[in-house]
Amino acid sequence: MAHAANILVIDDEQVIVDAVVKICGMEHYTVDYAANVALAVQKTNEHYYPIIICDIMMPDGDGFQVLESLNNRNSESSVIMTTGYSTVENAVNSLFKGAIDFIPKPFTIDELLNSVYRANKYQQIKARQKKLLNTNANNELLYVNCPVWYSRLGYASWMFEERDGSVLIGVYDLFLKTIDSISEIELLEAEEEIMQGISCVSIKSADERVHKLLAPLSGRIVAVNQKIANDVHLVEKDPYFEGWMYRIIPTDIAYEKKHLILCSSELL
Amino acid sequence: MNFLNKNIFKKIGFRLAFAVAFTSLSIIGVFAYFNVQNHSKSLLMEVERHANQLGETVISSTRFDMMLNQRDRIQQVINSIGRQPQIRDVRILNKVGEIIYSSDSTNINRMVDKKAESCYACHSANAPLEKISITERTRIFRLAPDSNRVIGIITPIYNEKSCWAADCHAHPKDQKVLGVLDVTISLAEVDDTIKKSEMEIVVFAIVAILCVGLLIGFFIRRWVSQPVNQLLGATNQIGMGNLNYSITGMGDDEIGLLALSFNNMTKKLSEARMQLFQSDKMASLGRLAAGVAHEINNPLTGVLTYSSFLLKRTQDNPEFQNDLKVIVRETLRCREIVKSLLDFARQTVPKKNNADINEIIERSVVVIENQLTLNKVKLVKELDSHLPKITVDANQIQQVFINLFVNASDAIGEKGGTLAVTTHQIALSPYGVVQVKKAICTKRHNLLDSNFKIGGIPSLRVKVVSDGNEGFIHLDPVYGKHRNNFATGFTISQNAKFVCPDCDTSLVLSGKSCPDCDSPILGFDTGGQGIYEVCSSPKNNWEKWEFVDSAGLSEYIEIIIKDSGSGISQDDLSRIFEPFFTTKGQKGTGLGLAVIWGIIDNHNGTINVESEIGKGTTFIIRLPLTQQR
Repeated sequence: MAHAANILVIDDEQVIVDAVVKICGMEHYTVDYAANVALAVQKTNEHYYPIIICDIMMPDGDGFQVLESLNNRNSESSVIMTTGYSTVENAVNSLFKGAIDFIPKPFTIDELLNSVYRANKYQQIKARQKKLLNTNANNELLYVNCPVWYSRLGYASWMFEERDGSVLIGVYDLFLKTIDSISEIELLEAEEEIMQGISCVSIKSADERVHKLLAPLSGRIVAVNQKIANDVHLVEKDPYFEGWMYRIIPTDIAYEKKHLILCSSELL
Repeated sequence: MNFLNKNIFKKIGFRLAFAVAFTSLSIIGVFAYFNVQNHSKSLLMEVERHANQLGETVISSTRFDMMLNQRDRIQQVINSIGRQPQIRDVRILNKVGEIIYSSDSTNINRMVDKKAESCYACHSANAPLEKISITERTRIFRLAPDSNRVIGIITPIYNEKSCWAADCHAHPKDQKVLGVLDVTISLAEVDDTIKKSEMEIVVFAIVAILCVGLLIGFFIRRWVSQPVNQLLGATNQIGMGNLNYSITGMGDDEIGLLALSFNNMTKKLSEARMQLFQSDKMASLGRLAAGVAHEINNPLTGVLTYSSFLLKRTQDNPEFQNDLKVIVRETLRCREIVKSLLDFARQTVPKKNNADINEIIERSVVVIENQLTLNKVKLVKELDSHLPKITVDANQIQQVFINLFVNASDAIGEKGGTLAVTTHQIALSPYGVVQVKKAICTKRHNLLDSNFKIGGIPSLRVKVVSDGNEGFIHLDPVYGKHRNNFATGFTISQNAKFVCPDCDTSLVLSGKSCPDCDSPILGFDTGGQGIYEVCSSPKNNWEKWEFVDSAGLSEYIEIIIKDSGSGISQDDLSRIFEPFFTTKGQKGTGLGLAVIWGIIDNHNGTINVESEIGKGTTFIIRLPLTQQR
């Protein structure tokens, strides 16, 4: 597979393909492309692409079909979904079905590059994990999974329902591991509304990249963790307990929970 | 209305009038018959009495002459009596039947047979009767078939002491009856009277029946036929699709009430149709906007990526940098515009929280207080202080209120008026409102398909296996809306199987069939909310959800916003929720009420409007107390 490209971009719009080729070329990735679902499935069958950027609406089907075909073959490719018809449903659905990120069109260079950067990091972590498994060296922990009674949106954020009905929200450790160390966190304020699948936190890493964290649930923020505002590294130290970000009153937890992955499940 | 004249006997008015006329005909007929009978009977009795009296008079006036045996005088008396016009004949017969005196001299000395009708009453038996009652002595007969009736009366002349003790000694002592006086009187006058009164009664009966018939006919026409025709006309209008038609001036009787409830029904129907129509239109507008957004977003991505790419490559050229930054900035602005277009089309998913409707109203009032004061609008608030909090997007609902208040203020204009806002809680039937939020097969596979939505809500997906064909049908998750999609591409046969798409277990309820068409019934376990039953036939809309039915009415908060403004014409009223419809000319975009409609729809609520030109407009908003999904 040495000759295969790093990235497969699946889109029926030539201008987008060209743009992605140009942008990713800047960071020295090699890019292949497919203009429809059938071709995409064929190409992913023949080659292994570490990163796949996939449009949802295409002439002969939708991007979820590509995602499903990859899942069925237990492919280890990291998929970034994108679409011009950017609905919350599409975003949440993408993450639920195994995509690692969702970027709505039109995107800027930075939005795309940051996403690709995280996907690349994700690949590296997975490769190391596989290697460790093979050598039976299980004691080295690459990232901490969330506690079993938590649920998560893809590999981005987690939520934990407390007994009083409020919900704690924070960032999944694997997401932190795919970015450089945190330099700044931009949080919303109490009383503001957040929506499932829409960015709720901006995390600026030491390398000046800005990473948006998608909220796992919709609701109204009742409290913001002041401790992490004072010490951003608390999130990295203890992402699941002391490093929580918001306490919210969820709007419709029963429905939205269906698109979250239980931390107790073996799925990643 | 030609078909009404086709057959007069089919008209309800004619039938009723006919029934009444026939009844009165029978009653008056029977009454008239007995009346005529009684009348002629009493007339005859009168004549009979009169004739009997005459007989007695003749006997007593001739008694003295008989004693003296002065036969000439007797004959003279009889002659003078017999000359009276009505008296046909007066005669005296002796005991052997010989006529000895008669007003008709030709009959004198003629023998009368005992079998003759004048003798029969006494001589029918072997021995002649000596005393008989007056009715038996009377006989009515015709001398010739075409002549007048006559009445004859026989008065016996009894033997008495002065007769057998007289000098002449004409009669033996042991003889009881010496002879009889027979008087016959013509009944021509009586018959005339009877005939006349018969005629009178018949004429009276006919006139009475005609009058009754006409009067009844008139009232039936006024109270039944005309209103029924009006109702018929109205139903035809509704049938032709004119849902704005209403019936007026029908009084306050049962038919008037029927007309009222008919009007009410039409109003409800037209409201429902409008909601449906609006729903459809908003959905197509949404699809259009979504399509446009998708198409624009792709080229926009090209512009944005290439311009920001250039920006990165020309970092050492500040002149280029500034220009490129403008391009990037403006493209980002385009991105926001497209996003807001999409938001408008989908009206976004409301960000719902528990909120107090009264509080939202108060906040909205603060925003437009200035405008209200400027237009001299008097604000009357009747807010139910016990309203429970409901889950709504407070900002969107506030937008609705502000928009409606501003509209009301505009409608009132500068002359001043009142704006009344009322809130209260009501209970309405859940049919057509409640939806299936969870549906599983017996093996607990999810049957809700979020890739196929009906009315924006994930539908129930069922696999159909019919004659070797396999396909999917999608059922409406809203109870009572019936927007089912049976398009499988093949015809579903009678013995088709309806199964779970994941595990092929049958979804047909065994031992049950549709009460309307006998087709199998599909049952969906709604996870703690009982079984949702739907008829499997595409031709039938039967469905049942015991759990929801038994829960009874669902509760709503009703907000009524009523202004005393200029009102909206009937033509405009049906169009005000259409996007881009405006009566404000250049001042408005025509999107306000369309957006309001979308917001209320997104909250599973309804909005209705009533208006009268010159009197004002009323908006009625209903929001469900418990939000679904």
